[in-house]
Amino acid sequence: MFLVAVMGVLLIIASADLPPWGDENSPANSYLSPQYIENSLADTGTPNMVTAVLADYRGYDTMFETAVIFCAGMAIIGILGVARRRRHEVEEDDDDGDDIDVSETLPPAIGSGVIVLTAARILLPVMQLFALYVVAHGHHSPGGGFQGGVILGASLIMIAIAGGLPMALKRMSNWRTQIMSALGLMLYAGVGVLCVVLGGEFLDYEVLSLILPDTDRVTARAHGIMLVEIGVALTVMAVMFAAYAHLASGGRLDEGV
Amino acid sequence: MFDMITSHFNYWMMIALMSIGLYAMIAKNNLIKKVIGMAIFQTSVILFFISISVKGPDSTLPILEHGAAAGAIDVAHYANPLPHVLMLTAIVVGVSTLGVALAVIIRVYRRYGTLEEPEILAMINDAD
Repeated sequence: MFLVAVMGVLLIIASADLPPWGDENSPANSYLSPQYIENSLADTGTPNMVTAVLADYRGYDTMFETAVIFCAGMAIIGILGVARRRRHEVEEDDDDGDDIDVSETLPPAIGSGVIVLTAARILLPVMQLFALYVVAHGHHSPGGGFQGGVILGASLIMIAIAGGLPMALKRMSNWRTQIMSALGLMLYAGVGVLCVVLGGEFLDYEVLSLILPDTDRVTARAHGIMLVEIGVALTVMAVMFAAYAHLASGGRLDEGV
Repeated sequence: MFDMITSHFNYWMMIALMSIGLYAMIAKNNLIKKVIGMAIFQTSVILFFISISVKGPDSTLPILEHGAAAGAIDVAHYANPLPHVLMLTAIVVGVSTLGVALAVIIRVYRRYGTLEEPEILAMINDAD
């Protein structure tokens, strides 16, 4: 406690040298960010400067950030472990839609009750539609891939809380979350490789105007940003739900909290 | 003195949050409380970076408005977008770290049966 107080006092004394709050000419506001503010609309066609910097000017960093989310999801699955033989036997009747057992269509008894489940069922499509809206409007309003992906993951977690974890796992099994998280990251890196194949640099979206019909180089950048945001949203959604499923059940994936 | 407090208010708040987080990480015995302290520490750093992106009392969102493409873009009218971008990355990394930390805590609980650090250390030392 004493050490923390000493550290706090020293930091307060040192912070007197920092620029005052709201200074326009502080070093953080002076060197690079005026260039971003002035040139982002002309370069990328995206009014939202944060999305333009995140996915275009600093796109390489965002790719590795998506890789960090993917690795964290894999780490959670790997640390807590899945009983693999049991999952295989359950998943083989998961994906064919024609023989639906009548007992499977009734919701299981675990979960938060009928009222909460009914409300969650009504809310779920609205929530996912809003999440897709947030992803798609990342260019013009606050939003983008991370925000929309988190809302999508939260919609799945809502079903898991309201109706029990097996109900959510029937829709988004462990295998499916792993595939989707890898697919999102591959989409991001795939856009970068596509740019290299077309003759530009890695993640230089301008050369996408060669294959997208009727776009100039600036609009091609906006479309490239859109593609990578979709990849980010896929990975974030899959990892959010996989993390919740494994943490809430302690790796067993049989029932939630 | 009062001027210095109001003009450096954000730094003082960040230092207060950081001290709370650091105290929780060091001095608390329960592992969950330590992880909560780590989350508070990360939040204080994120808030610090966001607070330095403000320019003056009436700088607006870092999203260009509708008529902005026509003339010159007034740099001082928009908040600085660069710290927002860096902090998106920081928030995501923080959430990932929190998830993996909780997974490790579940394994520790299964192995030792307790989450209090002195008891866990005693069990490890007794096993040698």
